[in-house]
Amino acid sequence: MRPALLIGAGLSGLAVAAAALSLVWTPWDPAALAIGARLQPPSTTHWMGTDHFGRDILSMLMAGARSSLAVALAAVAIGAGIGTPLGLAAAASRGSLLDATLARLNDLIFAFPALVTAILITATLGPSALNATLAIGLFNIPVFARTARGAALSLWTLDYIRAARVAGKGRARISAEHVLPNIASLLIVQATIQASLGILAEAGLSYVGLGAQPPTASWGRMLAEAQTMVAIAPHVALFPGLAIVLTVLGLNLLGDGLRDALDPRLRGRLT
Amino acid sequence: MARFLLLRTLSLAASLLAASLVIFAAIEVVPGDPVSYMLGMNAAPDTVAALRDQLGLNEPLVWRYLHWLAGLLRGDFGISYTYKTPVAGLIAERLALSAPLAGLALILSTALALPAGLIAAARRGKGADLAVTGLAQIGIAVPNFWFAMMLVALFALRWQLLPAGGFPGWAHPGAALRALILPALALALPQAAILARILRSALIEAMAQDYIRTARAKGLSRRAALTRHALRNALIPVLTVLGMQFSFLLAGAIIIENVFYLPGLGRLIFQAITQRDLIVVESAVMLLVVAVIVVSFVTDLAYALVDPRLRRPA
Repeated sequence: MRPALLIGAGLSGLAVAAAALSLVWTPWDPAALAIGARLQPPSTTHWMGTDHFGRDILSMLMAGARSSLAVALAAVAIGAGIGTPLGLAAAASRGSLLDATLARLNDLIFAFPALVTAILITATLGPSALNATLAIGLFNIPVFARTARGAALSLWTLDYIRAARVAGKGRARISAEHVLPNIASLLIVQATIQASLGILAEAGLSYVGLGAQPPTASWGRMLAEAQTMVAIAPHVALFPGLAIVLTVLGLNLLGDGLRDALDPRLRGRLT
Repeated sequence: MARFLLLRTLSLAASLLAASLVIFAAIEVVPGDPVSYMLGMNAAPDTVAALRDQLGLNEPLVWRYLHWLAGLLRGDFGISYTYKTPVAGLIAERLALSAPLAGLALILSTALALPAGLIAAARRGKGADLAVTGLAQIGIAVPNFWFAMMLVALFALRWQLLPAGGFPGWAHPGAALRALILPALALALPQAAILARILRSALIEAMAQDYIRTARAKGLSRRAALTRHALRNALIPVLTVLGMQFSFLLAGAIIIENVFYLPGLGRLIFQAITQRDLIVVESAVMLLVVAVIVVSFVTDLAYALVDPRLRRPA
C-alpha cells in the first residue's frame, strides 16, 4: 500500500464522512444564530469557535462539506456522462468528420478562461448551487472526452478489438463492451482530479456569492464573510480554508495513488 | 514550412472566428436587458426605445455581429453602458494593472519553481525531493483567495509591512509595486507548485536519455549534465506552460483582484457581469480568448521552427 493512496483515501473519506454525518447530526445547528456567543475562539463547547453571528464553525464546515462535495461530484458526473461517450465515439470513428469536429470543439472550450466563463454563466442563470454545478460541469466535458478518446484510440489497434470487429459487432457495442471497461481505471483517476478542481472552483464561485445561497452553508461564502474579521478573529477564516486544502489534497493524493496502483507503468512519472 | 505556416494560420483564423461567434451568441441569450439596467425599472417607454435605437440594439442580429467584429478588428470595442466611455480605453486602463500583476506573478512563480524543480530532480527520492513534491501537492490544493487572506492577515494587518488592498496608480511607482506584491504572491503559489512538478518530471525524463549518458561518459559530473544538458531540454514543456499561464493569470486574477480591491481587468469583468454591461463583458472575454489562442499559435510556430519533426500534421 502506497502512503499517497492511504493518506488520500483517508482525507477524502473524512470529507465524505463529515458531509454524510451532517445529514443526521452536527454538534450545533449550523444556521442557528447566537449573538451572545459571537466570534468565540476555539473551546471545548465550540471546537472551532463561532463566527460573527455566533454560529458554530465546525457545524457549518460539516454542512458546507455537503454542498461542496455535491457540486463537485455532480459536475464530474456531468463531465463524465457527456464527455466519455463523445470521446468513445470519436475514437471509434477516428479521422471522421465527427472526430475532427469534436477535437475543434474541445480546443475551443479549452481556450475560454474557465473561471471567468463560470462566473458569467452563474451570474446569468442566477446564483445557485445547481447553476454552479452546470458551469463547472461544462468544463469537465472536454477533459473526459479527451481522456476517453486518447485511451480508447490505442485499444482500437489491439487484436481482441479486431477480433470483435471480425465477429460482426458494431462500433458502438464494441465501445461499450470492450473499450469502456478497459479505460475505466483511467477515467476514475481523472474523475478524482476533476473532483478536486471542482471543489476549488465551487469555493471560488461561492466566495464571490455565486454558489449555494444562504442559509445553506458553503466553504467559499464562510471565507467571504470571514474576510473583514480576519484581523480580530483569524480562526473564522482559518478553518474553512484548511477544510478546502485538506479535501483537495486528499482527492489529488487519491488520484495519484490510484493511478500508480492501477497502472504500474506510470509509477512516479507525473508526481 | 510554408505549407505548415499557411495551415496553422488558417486554423488560427477559424478558431478566432468560432470563439467570437460563441461569445456573441452567449451574450445574446443572456437575460436582462441592458437598457432597463441603465434607465431603471420606471423609465418611460419612449426613452427606452430611444436608447435602444441609439445603442443599435434594434438592428438585425447578423448586422450587429458583423458590426462588433469589424469594430474589434479596428480596435473600436464600442461604448460601455455603465461607464459611458470607450470600452477599449477601459480595458487598456485596467490592463495597465493586470498585465504587470500577471507578469510579476509569473516571475515569482518561476523564481520559486525553477530551483525547487531542479533540486527535486537532482536529489530524486531523497529528503529534498520529498519536501518539494509534498509542498507542491499542498500548493496545488490551496485556494489562492484564501492564501491571499492569510497573507493579508500576517503581512498587512499583524506586521504592517505591506498594504492590505487598493492601488495608488503608477504615478507612485514604489507604492504601486508594493501594492502588487501580496496579490502577485497569492497568484504565484499554485502556479509555482504546478510548474515545479512539471519541471521535475521533465528533468527526470531528460536525465534518462542517451545524450545524458554520453555527457556522463565523457566525464561530466551529474550536476553539470543536469544543468547543461537536461535543463535545456526540459525547458520546452515548461515554456509551453509559462506561455499558457500568462493568459490564464490575466483572467485568473478575477477573484484575487476582488480580494485586494484592485481595479484590474478581472474586477472590470466581474463588475460588468453583475451590472449587465454586456458590451464590456463581450470584448474583455474575447480579448482573453484571443490571448490564449494566439499564445498557443506562437508556441506551436516557435517549436516548429526549432524542431522540424513537429511540422508534420498530427
